[in-house]
Amino acid sequence: MSGARTSALATLRGQIERIETAEVVHHRDRVALGHSEADGALKGGLARAAIHEVFCEGRQGTAATGFVMGLAGRVSARRPLLWVRQDFSEIETGALSMSGLAELGLDPRRVVMVRAADVESALRTSADALACDALGAVVLELWGETRQFDLVASRKLTLAAQSSGVTGLMLRMAAQPLPSTAETRWMLRAAHSPPGEAWTAWGAPRFDAELLRNRHGPCGRWIMEWKCDECQFSEPSTYPQPVAAAPAHRPDPAVLQRRAG
Amino acid sequence: MIHALDEAAERLGLHIGQPLANARAMCPDLKVFDADVVADAKTLSDIADWCDRFTPLVALDPPHGLFLDITGCAHLFGGEAALLQTLVRALARQGFAVSAAIAGTSVCARTLTRQASGSIVADGGEAEAIRRFPLSALGASEAITTGLRRAGLKTIGDVASREPHEITARFGARFSMLLAHALGQGDAPISPRKPLPDYIVEKRFAEPIATDTMIAMTLSRLADTLIASMEKQGKGARRLEAAFFRTDGVVRAIMVETGRPVTRSVVVDRLFRERLDALADPLDPGFGFDMVRLSASRTEIVVQEQRDLDAHVHDNDELSALIDRIAARIGGKRVDVHLPQDTHIPERAVLAAPAQHHLAAAMQAEWPARVESEPPLRPLRLFDKPEPIKVPFATVPDGPPHQFTWRRALHAVVRVEGPERIAMEWWRQDGRQLTRDYFRIEDAEGLRFWIFRDGLYEGEAFDGDGKPVSPNWYVHGLFA
Repeated sequence: MSGARTSALATLRGQIERIETAEVVHHRDRVALGHSEADGALKGGLARAAIHEVFCEGRQGTAATGFVMGLAGRVSARRPLLWVRQDFSEIETGALSMSGLAELGLDPRRVVMVRAADVESALRTSADALACDALGAVVLELWGETRQFDLVASRKLTLAAQSSGVTGLMLRMAAQPLPSTAETRWMLRAAHSPPGEAWTAWGAPRFDAELLRNRHGPCGRWIMEWKCDECQFSEPSTYPQPVAAAPAHRPDPAVLQRRAG
Repeated sequence: MIHALDEAAERLGLHIGQPLANARAMCPDLKVFDADVVADAKTLSDIADWCDRFTPLVALDPPHGLFLDITGCAHLFGGEAALLQTLVRALARQGFAVSAAIAGTSVCARTLTRQASGSIVADGGEAEAIRRFPLSALGASEAITTGLRRAGLKTIGDVASREPHEITARFGARFSMLLAHALGQGDAPISPRKPLPDYIVEKRFAEPIATDTMIAMTLSRLADTLIASMEKQGKGARRLEAAFFRTDGVVRAIMVETGRPVTRSVVVDRLFRERLDALADPLDPGFGFDMVRLSASRTEIVVQEQRDLDAHVHDNDELSALIDRIAARIGGKRVDVHLPQDTHIPERAVLAAPAQHHLAAAMQAEWPARVESEPPLRPLRLFDKPEPIKVPFATVPDGPPHQFTWRRALHAVVRVEGPERIAMEWWRQDGRQLTRDYFRIEDAEGLRFWIFRDGLYEGEAFDGDGKPVSPNWYVHGLFA
């Protein structure tokens, strides 16, 4: 390899490194989700000051909404949350219910809802909002494939998020993943309740979350459960309902059985 | 029936109120157009908009009159005579036939316009000025004018010379009041179309401006002046209006509202830029604007807060500034916060209120606490209108379904919890609504639904003959 070529390569590498490190500086601020494997893959948690995309099929919209809500609750840390959505998505999947939000353990007082008439104004509003550092997170909810949300729009949002430190969450329902500048990209499905007797109560919300893209680590697929009381994700529990802790003053029944046998 | 006519027709002897057939008989080649009262009113209101450049107090006097209260404004235009001349000339240039007059009272001025257009009557000279005019100029009803004429009173002076109580006894207090006002004894207040703004700044141009940069620059300069004058009195603006007066008489007003009082001209500037950017029908300068006015129509006293180390206050300020900007762009009704309501009916439990006005209330609201260690009891997504589902049968009459069809897809029920019975509020007068039994359901795919049966089984729903029918099922929401 000639010297000139090597030095050109070195220059390019240097440039790329500078671009990358500019992001890395911001990405040190990470929020653990609570699911240990996922946190491991994400190098400690979900990066703040970045864009994260959550995709889902049309009918899995509510599961994805719940997941995004959980992520927003984790990253926003008692700061206001701006939720931008198209008018159309409300007809398709229903309006975001604040009582439902409170049931998930999140605070409906901090949610400001923006109903945009079309994708352009939704994108413009979210770019504006991402530049406002008083917010904790901005959620942009789009239904269906959109031409307008291209690489340029995505880059614009990423830059706004990086400069202000606000986290952007894109909820893309009934859409196919496209190239973007997102930090992570997820595909969401609803997961079954843990096996138990049929016709019995279900438990906490469970998500089948597939990490399709991760800029700084491996991908993976996990079943995650949202703990409404602790406000964090966790590994799936075996029982649908919370199990009472074993009484300390009595021996474990399993041990007793083994002794008897 | 003739509704209005021009001078040429008047010279031929036609008059308003004459049947059209008679008029045609007098003048066979008469040109007739249908009267359009609505368009007339619109034109009058457009002219009133244009007259806003002389004074903020413009009142309509239908069908074709305008009152302008020029108290304290005349000197800006070089005195009363010059103002009158400017106004009449400008309107005449636009093709209107104008008669105008200035007097101490509005009724006197109106009487003058009907008989002596262009006259200016000083205070105290009203009675003398209108003494010789016929009664019709007063603008009283036809019956009164005729009645007075029959009594031999032909001019306003004749009537004024009678004792007021005689006139009142015969023609009512309203007429004698009108007469007194016309004679300059007391004044009837006019009712301006718009409330008087608290602060007004404006800029006139000898040469009309048309470019966006010039408009933006003018606005930001006006904002500086406006904010400076409001600051002196410790006020902040809640509602701002920019009015653009085009050279051809069209006036375009653009309004911006804010959630909290604005005290910085940069903010005003930015809000208007957002608003102008997002206009569905952009500002059309035509041949240019010759005047731009910025007014603060609602203001509030601003308590100067000292910024302390607590960043929380600051954050709220920034949030409401962001909300104002978004609202200026897409409309205040599209940005909501949520307030809990004291009801157990799911669709009424939350009220969405405009964020600009209710941000503080929403931040303080008390939401019902969730039950610890329970899975969510309310769905994350709620349909505005419950969507009907097809349920083939239920295991037990009162129980949940085994499967159901929603949006043309069949869902097999795997897990159920319920029912949670929600009775409608009988004290509301919005028709009889049925009791609902809600079930939380998970299907084979893991999707979770909130469905309900509208009405108790064989208890509430009846057909036309009074026979019980099986109630309908609906999906009301979706759980995460």
